[in-house]
Amino acid sequence: MGVIRTEELLLNVGPQHPSTHGVFRIIVKLDGEIITEATPVMGYLHRGTEKLAESLNYTQIIPYTDRMDYVSAMTNNYVLVHAVEKMMGLTVPERAEFLRLIVMELQRIASHLVWWGTYLLDIGALSPFLYAFNDRERILQLFNELCGARLTYNYMRVGGVKWDAPEGWIDKVKDFVKSMYGKLDDYHALVSGNEIFLSRIKGVGAYDAETAIAYGLSGANLRSTGVKWDLRKNEPYSLYDRFEFDVPVGRNGDCYDRYVVRMEEIRQSLRILEQALEQFPPEGETMGKVPRVIRPPAGEIYVRIESPRGEIGCYIVSTGKAEPYRLKFRRPSFVNLQILPKLLVGESMTNLVTILGGIDIVLGEVDC
Amino acid sequence: MQRFWDDPVSWEAAGRYALVALALLAVVIVFVTYAIYFERKVIGWMQFRQGPNRTGPLGLLQTVADVAKLLVKEDTIPAKADKALFVLAPALAFIPSFTVLAVIPYGLNLPFADLNVGFLYYVALSGVTTIAIVIAGWASNNKYALLGGMRSAAQMISYEVPLVLSVVGVAMLTESLNLRDIVLRQEGYFWHWNVFPQIIGFAVFVVAAVSELNRTPFDLPEAESELVAGYHVEYSGFRFAFFMLAEYVYIYAIACLTTILFLGGWNAPFPQLDFIPGLVWFAFKFALIVFSLFWIRATLPRLRVDQLMGLAWKALLPLALANILLTALGIEWLG
Amino acid sequence: MSEEERKRPGEPEDDVSAASAGEQRTGTLEDGVSAANIGERRSGAPEDGGSAVSAGEKRTEAPEAGAAATGAGTPRPKAAETAADGARTEPAAPARRKETEEEKAARRKAALEAREAAKAAKAAAAAQDAAAQAGSPGAAQAGPQAASPGAASAGPAGAAAETNEPPPKPPSPNQPRLDRAVQLLRELVADDAVESASINEANDHLPTIVVRKERWLQAARLFRSHEELNANYLRNVTGVDYETHMEVVYHLLSLDSGHNYAIKVRTDRDRPSVPSVTPVWETANWNEREIYDLLGIDFPGHPDLRRIMMPDDWEGHPLRKDYVPLDPEV
Repeated sequence: MGVIRTEELLLNVGPQHPSTHGVFRIIVKLDGEIITEATPVMGYLHRGTEKLAESLNYTQIIPYTDRMDYVSAMTNNYVLVHAVEKMMGLTVPERAEFLRLIVMELQRIASHLVWWGTYLLDIGALSPFLYAFNDRERILQLFNELCGARLTYNYMRVGGVKWDAPEGWIDKVKDFVKSMYGKLDDYHALVSGNEIFLSRIKGVGAYDAETAIAYGLSGANLRSTGVKWDLRKNEPYSLYDRFEFDVPVGRNGDCYDRYVVRMEEIRQSLRILEQALEQFPPEGETMGKVPRVIRPPAGEIYVRIESPRGEIGCYIVSTGKAEPYRLKFRRPSFVNLQILPKLLVGESMTNLVTILGGIDIVLGEVDC
Repeated sequence: MQRFWDDPVSWEAAGRYALVALALLAVVIVFVTYAIYFERKVIGWMQFRQGPNRTGPLGLLQTVADVAKLLVKEDTIPAKADKALFVLAPALAFIPSFTVLAVIPYGLNLPFADLNVGFLYYVALSGVTTIAIVIAGWASNNKYALLGGMRSAAQMISYEVPLVLSVVGVAMLTESLNLRDIVLRQEGYFWHWNVFPQIIGFAVFVVAAVSELNRTPFDLPEAESELVAGYHVEYSGFRFAFFMLAEYVYIYAIACLTTILFLGGWNAPFPQLDFIPGLVWFAFKFALIVFSLFWIRATLPRLRVDQLMGLAWKALLPLALANILLTALGIEWLG
Repeated sequence: MSEEERKRPGEPEDDVSAASAGEQRTGTLEDGVSAANIGERRSGAPEDGGSAVSAGEKRTEAPEAGAAATGAGTPRPKAAETAADGARTEPAAPARRKETEEEKAARRKAALEAREAAKAAKAAAAAQDAAAQAGSPGAAQAGPQAASPGAASAGPAGAAAETNEPPPKPPSPNQPRLDRAVQLLRELVADDAVESASINEANDHLPTIVVRKERWLQAARLFRSHEELNANYLRNVTGVDYETHMEVVYHLLSLDSGHNYAIKVRTDRDRPSVPSVTPVWETANWNEREIYDLLGIDFPGHPDLRRIMMPDDWEGHPLRKDYVPLDPEV
């Protein structure tokens, strides 16, 4: 009797795999079901946004940003127009800034709902996905009424926003916020205490704050380790310093903490929305005084905001022309994904899905 | 005792048996068709959506259309698959699922094969399906299918142990493995049923049964989010239909078995309700169990492989053994 | 990591709002108009930050107040704002706003803080002068960042020329930090480590240092580990093709102090190569791969330098200015 010969199994997860949330491939080496090595492969969705932007003017670039993180297009819009405004020293009318903030927070809720639904789908629960999409649908309806698009909004402009809120829109948002609190409680009751769910995510994919910082993680991935770093608080932009909200943090940096942090962020966004809707200026301009052709002065700028996935940044080098000389986006999904190979080693195939889902990536943003 | 070899060998007897068998087949096929329909409807309602509602009135012909599509689909076999095994696997999964139905009594006068080891017969034959799944996973020459097949083998073998042991209590109480006798011993109303003296056994049985069925939260062999579709990832057309059919026939069988072993079979729960025929009671209890399976599927997430194994060996098995001990003590002390 | 919220004392946006608030305190009110409008409209909600942002958008030139914000670090914009707000609205519309005891207390506290801030500002200004003299003269130049491709290529000479500009700009609040970083680099890395240094005013007074390529890895280690700089977080890495040369820009952040730095490393265009900082910050790993892929800059020391976005057999580096697409129709 000889020794039974075993060999490693090389498994291609993706690019068309239901749990990679897009066209993303991980080449895993398996010993049984245990991963011994994981190599992410990406670029399947690379559209060369940065190259394209070099031949477009700034207003034309805005729709391209919609397509980066297509689950959270509003924040992408904002980071670009905010960077240009800052370069040019433009002021944005208050009503426009309020509208921007409201849509960004709605977008954060919508994005976290998508994450919540798909994450539970990854873990094998089917129903939460549909519940989450029901609520997200209401946000998309609101966006649709505001700017006529459901996913790629192209809503913000340098100096303001394209469309003013239609009659009664603010009240609809208020209704949504009110009902969403109850829904959130329902979701916690439905899922957050589920024994199977908890056993699937507690202690899985854990890392400490040191590692998170070294890997440049941001958003809930960073906060789950206990680092209280939210750009809305720490480097305030827009009107965030006017509103009261908390920055939820975790402790262990595992998938469970990331879950808790994201769920709590929905509640905090609702709080911000409540205050913002209360203070929403009843009238006013939605577009500031902006030159006909937008030509930021020569120079460069790096602007960053807190997207639902973390720090999204925009680095512009301008030579004073209408097109950027170089435009680079710091995409949170791309940076956050770097930690994946490290987390996967020694985990089972099942945890691959749990961990990848917990990082919350959008492939449009990873590949840009 | 009714044995077919007691009947005279005649065309008439053979015809009678063939007719009854065909009737049962029709019942099962109709059940499978509408179980799939109701599963989709029920889960749809639980998820705030409509479910199938296009094909036929209220979508009643949806499954029919689906099956028709599967049957006329091109039969594909992957080029590098082990062809003989690939073809064998669906049949091997499907045949035992129907043969187990032979021992199930639906009413006092409606037994098919009145076997004195009915339960063991069921367990033994349903185990064959596991082999079919492993063969399917292996023959597909696909890594996901292989992983799914291996998971399935590990899971089904693990869960058959508590499944069988949980029924030992019932066998001790009723002093029989004949399914008809087991129901007869539960003659009476709901306080006579096995579910109460055997509550631990019942719980273990239900959990193990859900796992045997490969359904949520134990649907690891075909875990979509990890293994795409598990062991049947390469199957399509009527071969895939066979796997689906086997899965739903097992739902039918397990629901019948639970009704018989624990819920008093065709007995009415209250004396006042005796006027309703036993067959209706059987169908009602059966439907309740099927519905619970759908309900669980819409509610729970999936376990991880190691947790699945842990649950079988560390929780269910000790519970089942404890149940046997307690039953023995109960019989000893209380008679 | 400390658990408490890391409020950044030197955060530029805070600076400006504090500055304008401080200005209002001294009586120049031309800026306060919009702030007053908002203040009136929402006079019912005194607890939040008020008009900090809209006032902050106007970049006032108030040297002593600007210095106050960085120097002292104490004036919370909220408090100062409440003070200014209260002081202004009270005589104008006394009927509209009934001050509660709490508000009065807050106002008193804010006024006190403002006074302290002014004091600290003087001290800071003095200290800063001293620092400017003590710090290596000619190395760190204040003024707008000269980063347009043409000017950038001029290097230190261009920056030096800027000192002669007629209207003397107020020193940037981040100037001391820049000087300190440059000094540390000179002392602890090498004398020639810094090519030039400047403040990028439009970008929240971001201290920007151009580091010599040969010294960059050492400089990176210093930034990461030195307790004063403590830039433990690499925000972003960008490669830029300036046609005359290539440049890699690193945006660093210290999560503890909230200080930002931009480091640029220049390399020639024919054989672009910049030492990899992946051993220092893991974040750089994929970012450097992306730059290698799209711009063709080599990063010696990188553990796994492969293409990341484009197919492995792609020819050329698309983000280069002279890149010719394979198929012109695309």
